[in-house]
Amino acid sequence: MFGMRIWLRVNGEPVEADIWEGESLLYVLRERLGYPGSKNACEQGECGSCSVMLDGKLVCACLVLGAQADGHEVVTVEGLSEDGRLHRVQEAFVVAGAVQCGFCTPGLVVAAADLLQHRPDPSDDEIREALSGNLCRCTGYAKIFDAVRLAAR
Amino acid sequence: MSTTAPKLELGRVGEIVPRADGIPKVTGEFAYSSDLNAAGMLWGHTLRSPHSHARITGIDLSAALAAPGVHAVLTHEDVPGEKLYGLEFQDQPVLAVDRVRYYGEPVALVAAEHPEQARRAAELIRVDYEPLAPIADAETATEQEPLHPDRPTMGHGYRDDPRPNIVRSLVIRHGDPDVEADVSVSGVYEVGIQDQAFLGPESGLCVPDGEGGVDVYVATQWLHVDRDQVAPCLGLKPEQVRIHLAGVGGAFGGREDLSMQIHGSMLALHTNRPVKIVYNREESFVGHIHRHPAKIWMEHRATRDGKLVNVRVRILLDGGAYASSSTAVTSNAASFACGPYQVDNALIESLCVYTNNPPCGAMRGFGAVQVCFAHEAQMDKLAAALDIDPIELRLLNALQSGDTMPTGQTIAGTLPVAEVIRRAAALPVPEQEELPRDPLRLPGGSGNTTRGEGVKRGVGFAVGFKNIGYSEGFDDYTAARVRLDADGSAEIHCAAAEVGQGVAGVILQVARTELGTEDVTLAPHTTATVGSAGSASASRMTWMASGAVRDACRAALEERDRNGGGAVDVERIYRHPRTSPLDPETGQTTGERSHVAYACAAMRVVAEVDVELGLTRIVWIGTAQDVGKAVNPQAVTGQIEGGAAQGLGLALMEEIQTRDGLITNASFTDYLIPTTLDMPPVVSELVEHPDPDAPYGVKGVGEPPTVVSTAAVVSALRVATGRELTRVPVRPDDIVGL
Repeated sequence: MFGMRIWLRVNGEPVEADIWEGESLLYVLRERLGYPGSKNACEQGECGSCSVMLDGKLVCACLVLGAQADGHEVVTVEGLSEDGRLHRVQEAFVVAGAVQCGFCTPGLVVAAADLLQHRPDPSDDEIREALSGNLCRCTGYAKIFDAVRLAAR
Repeated sequence: MSTTAPKLELGRVGEIVPRADGIPKVTGEFAYSSDLNAAGMLWGHTLRSPHSHARITGIDLSAALAAPGVHAVLTHEDVPGEKLYGLEFQDQPVLAVDRVRYYGEPVALVAAEHPEQARRAAELIRVDYEPLAPIADAETATEQEPLHPDRPTMGHGYRDDPRPNIVRSLVIRHGDPDVEADVSVSGVYEVGIQDQAFLGPESGLCVPDGEGGVDVYVATQWLHVDRDQVAPCLGLKPEQVRIHLAGVGGAFGGREDLSMQIHGSMLALHTNRPVKIVYNREESFVGHIHRHPAKIWMEHRATRDGKLVNVRVRILLDGGAYASSSTAVTSNAASFACGPYQVDNALIESLCVYTNNPPCGAMRGFGAVQVCFAHEAQMDKLAAALDIDPIELRLLNALQSGDTMPTGQTIAGTLPVAEVIRRAAALPVPEQEELPRDPLRLPGGSGNTTRGEGVKRGVGFAVGFKNIGYSEGFDDYTAARVRLDADGSAEIHCAAAEVGQGVAGVILQVARTELGTEDVTLAPHTTATVGSAGSASASRMTWMASGAVRDACRAALEERDRNGGGAVDVERIYRHPRTSPLDPETGQTTGERSHVAYACAAMRVVAEVDVELGLTRIVWIGTAQDVGKAVNPQAVTGQIEGGAAQGLGLALMEEIQTRDGLITNASFTDYLIPTTLDMPPVVSELVEHPDPDAPYGVKGVGEPPTVVSTAAVVSALRVATGRELTRVPVRPDDIVGL
């Protein structure tokens, strides 16, 4: 089932993949390119677990076709840490106890990093609103808010 | 032994310790069950029934077998061993034989090179169904034709109820159940079907070992009981099936029953290729059991000064098409029906029936959630009837250690009900925020187009409790194995499933405490190297794993001392105090205890309700919880916050909706769970009274917050609206009175 070949940049690296036209960017990342960090919790754009940056914009990778990413730049959760050092949001999630099962974590980390890039010192309401597209079933969000506030300091 | 323990910077029982899996989880490196791959891997797909009840008159596989990329198409005829399986009773077909009993029941399997090829091939399987009238109403199920004529749950020491479609029928008679009192209040309460809605969908990878056996890498809650169900259906010996825990994306009871384990193994053994199955969200909603919907009738009789005299309860649980763990849920609902209150007289009837609705089983709270919603509504109603403060009424009747449960069991361990009530009640609630304000902080959020003219505030309160560990005589144990190397490092083997709750951290903290070293690692969780840990269920895993790892560590140190040093490798089994069955006629315990231990929680909730629009906003939650001893206080408050969120979800938004047994909202678009905009801050007080029967005094902490929060949230809504609100989830129509 190889319909087409796409070329894109993932976490700074140029990559290519033979894909079927119906595959989502999420499937291409996870199953074709070896980036399973973005998660497949709902695959219908409701939970945010597959959040990635596409040309600098936060998107649900399940709602983007792999073919649409041809020629574009994607940053996944695997691309947030630099030189082996955790991104401050990643570190804050660990310290604040914001991780339980962790299935929502990659999407929340990407969404929180995006928020802090645009709003370095967000209000509580801004945090709540910015992360409202990311479902978490374990934590009740309290420690996720703590983590984002910690990372914003 | 040395008298001065080596100093540890971090990591003993009672300290805040970051999760060992925290960094791989934030970087995306942690391998969940849906992330696995193997060379030559095929994708499996499950064809499921579109009917809730139908006879199968024929299956034609020819078009599917001829479809591109397809390597296998299997039906019940291809099940190599036992055709039926089940967590407690073998009543569920691996693949439907001649009848389907619920919407989404597995009928056939496909393995193909690409998941889309597998899905499309499954669409080409022609199944001829002859639809049958579904039993969709639990209240009349015992008057219908039997769905399981061989009555798989009968016997087993349960009360013999001759009516058809009985999963379990339990009656508890305590004291004089006919005794009258000064005041009586009654109510009928209903609870909708809640879904665990764990984010990591059912998934796993099955790899044939080339010698007829199979390795299954899967997200589950109890590795060994999976193996004990999978092996007979594959016609294999237990050791030919090795279950390995892959990363688990949440569980909450929904992974106690099998999902893809047998199906993936059948496809892998048939094709001699690794096979991966990953459910999508819709399939996940139909592919696992749910929390039982319930209808509960309650009457509370009390003296004029508020002392409970007699509580009369009838509970009806809809078990759906297969038994799962319904018999234990039935019993739990009965045990906790009176709430954490001393009651001398009670009549409790608890009935679970088979229907063609979605199968129900374990979900966090396990029968205690449903009855807590009812008994706490009754306590508020009784307080109003007596004109007594509702918190005073609860204190007046609070159960304590040494008191007797309706089952006749004397509470042996700690149970500080009055203390959790006092401490939760003492938490200061936030002032009401002035209007107008940012619409994000109005009931309904930015969807509320008013200036808040219809907003009313209410402060509610509830208390609940639940058992810890498996009950009614079940041989409940956990094995742990410790390998000490000559260099002083240690490796711990324990099959306790890490489902996100943090038991892996508990195991490491206990091992560091006992061994006095930080150099401890936890080996992969598998059936291949250690005995059963039992289930990550019933708030039991912290207690049980702590006991097993403690005992194995101590035994390893003793053996090393005996040997005068060197490497040692020991395995130990820990059992909690023994429990006894309930008498089938009276529901009274036949020994000292039928539950091992109890944990309680009290919760105070501030709600704002727009009584004109029917919209709600939970402003604040404060809770005090009986935790025994907190192994890792940060992880404990995380459990409380998350547990409160799930109870809030059931109170306000979460319900699997069905029509004639068909699920109509199997998506996160239509089945809503709380988001960041729904959850308020949660203030948690940890009440620590070590339980004398438990290792380090620990109690499980996962379930009490879920048990109590639904009741507490609705209590606040009642205060705000003045309405009875007898059904959860509470709908806007209920608030407005439509």
